[in-house]
Amino acid sequence: MRRTTSRILRGIALVSTLALGATACGSSDDDSDTKAVSAADIKAALDKGGSITVWAWEPTLKTVAADFQKKYPKVKVNLVSERSGDKHYTALSNAISAGKGVPDVAQVEYFALGQYSLTKGLTNLAPYGADKLASKYTPGPWNAVSDGDKVYGLPMDSGPMALFYNKKVFDKYKIAVPTTWDEYLDAARKLHKADPKVYIANDAGDAGFTTSMLWQAGSRPYKVDGTKVGINFDDAGAKKFETVWQKLIDEKLLAPINGWTDDWYKGLGDGSIATLASGAWMPANFETGVPGAKGQWRAAPLPAWTKGDKASAENGGSSLTVPELAKNKELAYAFTEYANSGAGVATRVSEGAFPATKAQLEDPAFQSKKFDYFDGQEANKIFAESAANVASDWSYLPFQQYANSIFNDTVGKAYVSSTTLADGLKAWQDASVKYGEEQGFTIEK
Amino acid sequence: MSTSVAAPPAKSASPLRTPRKKHTPGKPKRSLLLTGLMALMVLYTVAPLIWLVINSTKTQAGLGSSNGLWFAHDFALWDNIRTTFTYHDGIFVRWLLNTLLYVVLGAGGATLLAVLGGYALAKFDFPGKRGIFAVVIGAVAVPGTALAVPTFLMFSKMGLTDTPWAVIIPSLVSPFGLYLMWVFAAEAIPTELLEAARMDGANEVRTFFQVALPLLAPGIVTVLLFTTVATWNNYFLPLIMLKDPNWYPLTLGLSAWNSQAETIGGDVIFNLVITGSLITIIPLIAAFLFLQKYWQSGLAAGSVKE
Repeated sequence: MRRTTSRILRGIALVSTLALGATACGSSDDDSDTKAVSAADIKAALDKGGSITVWAWEPTLKTVAADFQKKYPKVKVNLVSERSGDKHYTALSNAISAGKGVPDVAQVEYFALGQYSLTKGLTNLAPYGADKLASKYTPGPWNAVSDGDKVYGLPMDSGPMALFYNKKVFDKYKIAVPTTWDEYLDAARKLHKADPKVYIANDAGDAGFTTSMLWQAGSRPYKVDGTKVGINFDDAGAKKFETVWQKLIDEKLLAPINGWTDDWYKGLGDGSIATLASGAWMPANFETGVPGAKGQWRAAPLPAWTKGDKASAENGGSSLTVPELAKNKELAYAFTEYANSGAGVATRVSEGAFPATKAQLEDPAFQSKKFDYFDGQEANKIFAESAANVASDWSYLPFQQYANSIFNDTVGKAYVSSTTLADGLKAWQDASVKYGEEQGFTIEK
Repeated sequence: MSTSVAAPPAKSASPLRTPRKKHTPGKPKRSLLLTGLMALMVLYTVAPLIWLVINSTKTQAGLGSSNGLWFAHDFALWDNIRTTFTYHDGIFVRWLLNTLLYVVLGAGGATLLAVLGGYALAKFDFPGKRGIFAVVIGAVAVPGTALAVPTFLMFSKMGLTDTPWAVIIPSLVSPFGLYLMWVFAAEAIPTELLEAARMDGANEVRTFFQVALPLLAPGIVTVLLFTTVATWNNYFLPLIMLKDPNWYPLTLGLSAWNSQAETIGGDVIFNLVITGSLITIIPLIAAFLFLQKYWQSGLAAGSVKE
């Protein structure tokens, strides 16, 4: 049922995306793009007041919106927060293609930004002053929201990767916490041998995780230059990942559980999933999703591909954007700026969000924050160091959302059949190339 | 007649049992195999319900660390119920009211239309009746899911998406209900009775309301139950039509709560999703228990030619 639903939703999204291109080209207010909006204009809009609709699931925005309204009493922020992921993007694409019911501010994850910015669905925020904020952010997230002199959103959070591990399980079997992926493989074997119910990690094929791993391994499969796109998984970085992960799959050392399901949360809670390589936002999910395992988990630096290498990658993270069809752009920008660069950041960090802003990351108070869930560990030190070591030359496809949606039909086969990861990635590449060509992209091979 | 009465005792060793069996369905013949199969069926249908009841007593922490088919150490049912109704400023109540609105207008309207249409098709002759029959039978065969995308595009053009009408209007159409009412009306209302009413001077409206409608009551309840269940449980139509959470029905709202667990920083509230689901099915169970007797007689009506 779930599969059928998502197929049909994908169909709707596709229809909408096509229509999206058409409407975006139809509205010829390209000129307004270059017109600068002064701080005085925005101030005037705030004084005049009005209401904006914000589509975002980030839970900390609730407090931010309340604070914002307190500061600007004439502005009403209507926060719509019941949707996330695929459903959120389907609704957003549908609204943009229908030209009706478009929110003033929309949360868009970094991987999905290209799809909206390329079809001119988003307002270039540079004329509003966003271009002057570049130095406030770490390079990874800023690179994701900007394209040349255009800025399509402000980074809301980031997900520099770390290795979360269940200390109780590692202590019980006296296994050292791995610092390289080879050691990780060793640990996986030892753990599973000691207790066949324990797996080092769950992985049933996850596009976001795989691309993050490739990112860390130095692979750069996607090259994007406007509508010219290169897709190639055949490089040294990808080989490193394939070698280690293929062994984990072949030796059945990964729990065949999809992330973000109730099974997953259960596995994290009862110790049958021993580690999780994930973004720095994970502690918040641990706290609400697996409250029972409090004190058992710790954070560690992400294992390296060669001993001593510090390279890291981003996993997840999202921005706030202002759709091109937003009705109240000055207020929308003001809110976005407040939440992601202004006073809102401190509020959001205090509620558990992981910032993308340098000032917060380098703040000693932030770094020395003790995580009760991790039994008092100062985990932010690890995350902040990871953030500093993220290479900024990674790019996602302008149709990453589609590519991710076919991940399980291609790479996913490696997890359930005799197809190898390398073959799976090749199949993913071919399917992505085919789709890209159908959509009118120039694919460089 | 007398010869046929004499025949059964010849077949049976105990002559008294045969006639008694006919009138006491309370003492049927026992079959171990059938009983076993039924027990399996009961287990299959009741197990999810039991799971739901047991797990709605657990906290989020308890869900992660306990067996799914037995209670955790914490008993949090009342807490869960309270939180379900108050979470996010009590949006669950709003969803409950929305569902009621969709059921009253959608399922109620669908039943009304089915009754009127079914009666007309059963008791009046007009050109094109066979064509309508073909369309209705055809429509029963088309799954609603297949129509969802075209319906969405059509409603989108009309500017009705993201309004309650986008859920109510498609719910008004129930080909199966119409067909059921049609068959039921054909059997339950003797044409002679209608003719007698007309002879006595009643006009068509009065004939319908005073003569036909009371006879149709069991059928109406049956159709009402079907459409109510269909509308109450409808997930896909609202999913593609509605964006504003303030117009969500319970199904969509619970799914949204469930998907909170799928996002970064999302508040994971499986305990509320489970408790909410339990609260959601209680009205349906109540409706079934309450209308059961009408429903049963409704299903049997017309099955025997008198």
